[in-house]
Amino acid sequence: MLNSSQNIALHRRLTNGLALGLITMAMLIVTVPLFLILGTVISRGVSGLNWAFFTQIPKPIGEVGGGMVNAIAGSVMLLAVASLIGVPLGVGAGVYLAEYGRNKWGNIVRFTADVLNGVPSIVIGLTAYALVVVVQKHFSLLAGSVALGIMMIPTICRTTEEVLLLVPQSIREAALGLGIPKWRTILSVVVRTASSGIVTSIMLAFARIAGETAPLMFTALGNQYWSKSLNQPTAALPLQIFAYAVMPYDEAHRQAWTGALVLIGLIMLTVIVFRFISSRGAIKGAS
Amino acid sequence: MEAAGIHVKDLNAWFGATQALHSISMEIPAKHATAIIGPSGCGKSTFVRCLNRMHETLPQTRVEGTVAIGDLDVYGKGVSPVWIRRRVGMVFQKPNPFPTMSIYDNVAAGLKLNGFRNRRELDIVVERSLRKAALWDEVKNDLKKKSGASLSGGQQQRLCIARALAVEPEVLLMDEPASALDPISTAKVEDLIFELKKQYTVVIVTHNMQQAARVADFTAFFLMGNMVELDKTQIIFTKPSDKRTEDYITGRFG
Repeated sequence: MLNSSQNIALHRRLTNGLALGLITMAMLIVTVPLFLILGTVISRGVSGLNWAFFTQIPKPIGEVGGGMVNAIAGSVMLLAVASLIGVPLGVGAGVYLAEYGRNKWGNIVRFTADVLNGVPSIVIGLTAYALVVVVQKHFSLLAGSVALGIMMIPTICRTTEEVLLLVPQSIREAALGLGIPKWRTILSVVVRTASSGIVTSIMLAFARIAGETAPLMFTALGNQYWSKSLNQPTAALPLQIFAYAVMPYDEAHRQAWTGALVLIGLIMLTVIVFRFISSRGAIKGAS
Repeated sequence: MEAAGIHVKDLNAWFGATQALHSISMEIPAKHATAIIGPSGCGKSTFVRCLNRMHETLPQTRVEGTVAIGDLDVYGKGVSPVWIRRRVGMVFQKPNPFPTMSIYDNVAAGLKLNGFRNRRELDIVVERSLRKAALWDEVKNDLKKKSGASLSGGQQQRLCIARALAVEPEVLLMDEPASALDPISTAKVEDLIFELKKQYTVVIVTHNMQQAARVADFTAFFLMGNMVELDKTQIIFTKPSDKRTEDYITGRFG
């Protein structure tokens, strides 16, 4: 009797150890590449970080020095305008799906969003090319932003729907029961309750499009100079990194690594700042 | 606003094809507590949810018949459910404070979200409502610091009662308000109902027959979507006129 229960204990300990080992290994497999990438980018890119990198436009090919201020500013503008397009449409569609979309129309929107999510980014770029570049007859920051904005929509839309559905029905009933109109209930109670999840979905979409290169190739196009207009082709960090990375010069490669580091830093900074802003209104004990 | 009685006539309600209420007619007197008792699934909750038009917020539901609160025809043409719900407060089975709002904002929500912004008056309303709900002394120092969700279950339920009172309803519907609470919190909520019925028309759904006996002036017994009997609480629990009521309250079924 004692013997068999000892056997069971041993068996359980072994199973436990095995499972723990497996999930630890999975955790390592997931995190190690991230740190390898971060480490490589930092070690190769940090030497190129200097004041000039953030204040000067690129020097002609072959010359040492210069910076990427045009690409940094271009990326910031592209992402800002893309967010202006993608966030309201994505959140709006997500709210529609969660609160009004339990029907045929909702299923159509859901299906469309899922398909859009799977469309290769270069095809989205082509769409923006047809919608904006062909109409305007020139490449522009606006065209790039349209491409990136479209890419944000399905991610934000589906995630927003999911987090809104997590808000208990009892919370909606509480608000309706107080004589608060449905639209007000959705905006001030349901969306507010789910706001941290919605911010997460926006950040995911933002981080995804920040590094996109393909949809910018024939929309924003790239620019040697610093364009501050919505209607001009603009440089962007991913485009500039790509351009430098394929050049046969060490100096260009160094600039590309530094550009990659700055891009990662830019994304992290944005996420941290938005997390901070969105958590500032929160109160103690809020769940 | 002055409390009003509720007049229900031939009320029928459906979930899809299933009829949940069969031509209920009853008079609920103003400024008294009326308990609705009956076994699970007998239509108690559906009945009170018809009184403030919450039933229709669920998909595929239907209501027929008339409900009047005072002179107001609840299902009248052009009568907005939003307007009805401002006059008929509701407290639910599980405490459901707004989790992202402070205690203060929870109580003020019904007014604030309907566009009422006068801060000084809001302060007065919040304090008055919390006092009526016997919660003021426990939370007065944390009004804006703590979330409604950080309170204990019993406190949360009293917060929900304060929230319902803040919009100054004429009628207060309580759908098993104490069934998720421990005995001490239950006693507090019951004391509260005793106070509230002096000012409001209270309708309380309960599974707990002792609770009905303690707080209600009138009691209605529901069975399978029908109202079997409505009478003074004392009579229902001592000399019910219907055999089914007697069987239920003596624990022979249900």
